[in-house]
Amino acid sequence: MSDATFAAMRQSIIDGAPEIAAELAQQSVVSGLLPLEAVNRGYVPGMQFVGEEFAQRRLFLPDMMASAEAMRAAMDVLDPELRKLGAERPRAGVVVLGTVKGDIHEIGKCLVGTLLTAHGFEVHDLGVDVSGEKFAAAIRECNADLIGMSALLTTTMKQQRTIVEVLEREGLRSRVKIMVGGAPVTRQWADEIGADGYGKDAASAVTLARRLMENASQLAPAETA
Amino acid sequence: MRPRLELLDRPLLERVIAEALQLIEQPGVRVSAHVVDLLRAAGVRIDKGIAHMPEPLAHKALDSVPREFYLYSRDGSPAVHYGGDDVHFDPGSSCLNILDSETRRPRPAQAADLVRMVQLAETLPEYAAQSTAMVCNDVPQDAGDWYRLFLVLYYSSKPVVTGAFSGPSLATMLELLALESGGADALRQKPRAVFDVCPSPPLNWSDFASQNLVGLARAGVPAEIVSMPLAGATAPVTLIGSVVQHAAECISGIVIHQLACPGAPIVWGGAPAIFDMRTGVTSMGSIETAMLDLACAQVGKYFGLPTHGYLVNSDGKDLDAQAGMESGASAVLGALAGINMISGAGMLDFVACHSLEKLVVDAEAIASAKRLIAGIEPRGDSLATAMFAQIGLSGDFLKLKETRALFRQEQHFPSAVIDRGGALGENGSGSAEAPDLFARAHTRVEELIASYQRPALAPGREHALLAFAEREAVKAGLHLLPGIHSVVA
Repeated sequence: MSDATFAAMRQSIIDGAPEIAAELAQQSVVSGLLPLEAVNRGYVPGMQFVGEEFAQRRLFLPDMMASAEAMRAAMDVLDPELRKLGAERPRAGVVVLGTVKGDIHEIGKCLVGTLLTAHGFEVHDLGVDVSGEKFAAAIRECNADLIGMSALLTTTMKQQRTIVEVLEREGLRSRVKIMVGGAPVTRQWADEIGADGYGKDAASAVTLARRLMENASQLAPAETA
Repeated sequence: MRPRLELLDRPLLERVIAEALQLIEQPGVRVSAHVVDLLRAAGVRIDKGIAHMPEPLAHKALDSVPREFYLYSRDGSPAVHYGGDDVHFDPGSSCLNILDSETRRPRPAQAADLVRMVQLAETLPEYAAQSTAMVCNDVPQDAGDWYRLFLVLYYSSKPVVTGAFSGPSLATMLELLALESGGADALRQKPRAVFDVCPSPPLNWSDFASQNLVGLARAGVPAEIVSMPLAGATAPVTLIGSVVQHAAECISGIVIHQLACPGAPIVWGGAPAIFDMRTGVTSMGSIETAMLDLACAQVGKYFGLPTHGYLVNSDGKDLDAQAGMESGASAVLGALAGINMISGAGMLDFVACHSLEKLVVDAEAIASAKRLIAGIEPRGDSLATAMFAQIGLSGDFLKLKETRALFRQEQHFPSAVIDRGGALGENGSGSAEAPDLFARAHTRVEELIASYQRPALAPGREHALLAFAEREAVKAGLHLLPGIHSVVA
């Protein structure tokens, strides 16, 4: 497979063109290219480029959303092929997301979910008005590495603390890393309630999730020792 | 003439309304189970929680809304006129932080901070109303909304812009207001407060928002719809598209409200904003957000309804030039648009942080905006020739009796917060030793709070208010009342 094909795959993500991304994925399957090659050499570099451009404020959220959509279209074709080979796209981590109890605002949380998915995380979105108990059940069920809690209102932000307490009570706190976000949330607040990190926007939530996964993998041997 | 600013021409305004009426019918409006019977009884088709409101019903509801009403002071005098082009301002509401006067950094607000803000706003005539301005972090969340109202009622005689965060807390807050007014009927006759009620964008009247609309309509206490389209995120990216969504949310809310009690007072209001496409933040200080506020209010005015907007706040984090620019510009724009109640003064950081110092600086912007809309008027038979007839070309206008008689009407005099000292370096003005804006504002905050005297409340009502607060506080696990010194349970 030529570099030109990988470049076209990369470009389809940058352009946010789901039809082209899917078509290139189909062609690669037909031509016998290993699906993991297409992912790692074609599509993922596109997503990385978009992330960097976004950080430099040369691309904007709608561009990023379109790229994530193109990524999803490509993966819809490639995921079944990976499974046929008994392989899986290496997962960046398993994340459970939700907007906290009492709050029904989900745009920020959905944005985070879209971007995490585009960056290779397995995302389980619990929706809005999510209690600590629901988070706890989902963590067990999905064997989550991370959870992300969103709150838009100053009044519901306090639920994030309650949910951390529920996870402690349920003995799950040491199993997961906790990320918090939402308009009123600050780093100081994250520290105060004992969360592991705070993302000021969707893009920084991706950076944070990656960092927490790296830390977790570095810590893992020490913990098992 | 009074200067006015309108952003939509008549044909565009009519298209906004036509599309808004289409939206509430198709795709319709998500409503809670709480109002399904009410809507069905009026012939509204409801399918899977979505109400499809027909246009004639919307017109009927819009027709039955009072075109004006008053909010009253504690002494029963009318203090805020919702209607026409009257303009009032109140501090922004419900933030979590306060900008600490010493450190100039945000910290969680306490009941004592709210009390100081209420005392400060009480002394500033630029604020026609108080607001339940901040969440008190030393008060349990369950008691949060009624407790804030209690503190405002205890320390202020001005009308209050408030809101309930749940169905049950609305009942507690109405009870509190009735106690202070001398009964539910007295409250209905002379309402002291207006309650913000927020639909969830797009087009969703949640359980507690629906309960609030119905509860307020039946209590005869004014409701203020605060529709919050977030252009590009939870609403169309075009400003005009978001104005349509705002109109559809307001009209559908009015339908629910007027079905619960035709003729109950309600305000066409909102806190529309743009979604910043670089960061995903909700910009409250941008010019487009101000444009949305103005255009949304213009639609309400087309129907002849009382209006509200959310301006005079800033996305900045400190009381700096950005805060001054964003807040000052939007105070002027809101006044030019004739919005009846403009909430937001004092706020920084996308309405996350209040500042007492900013509240006094914003009061200066508000006073200037009010001077602007007072306009330029002829005073006397001639505009200038009669004065020239007296002094010729001598230039001695300072000596003229007209000067002395008229200068107070012509000029607004800002407080010492605004630097009108001599040239740079003279009289200490602008020099390194001279206090900067924040220091001048802080001095004024302290002076005004020191001058504050708590307005008298009839002893019987004061006792009832305190007894009520003590009883309710215990239910929430509070055994003394933060912000009230004399009372310990």
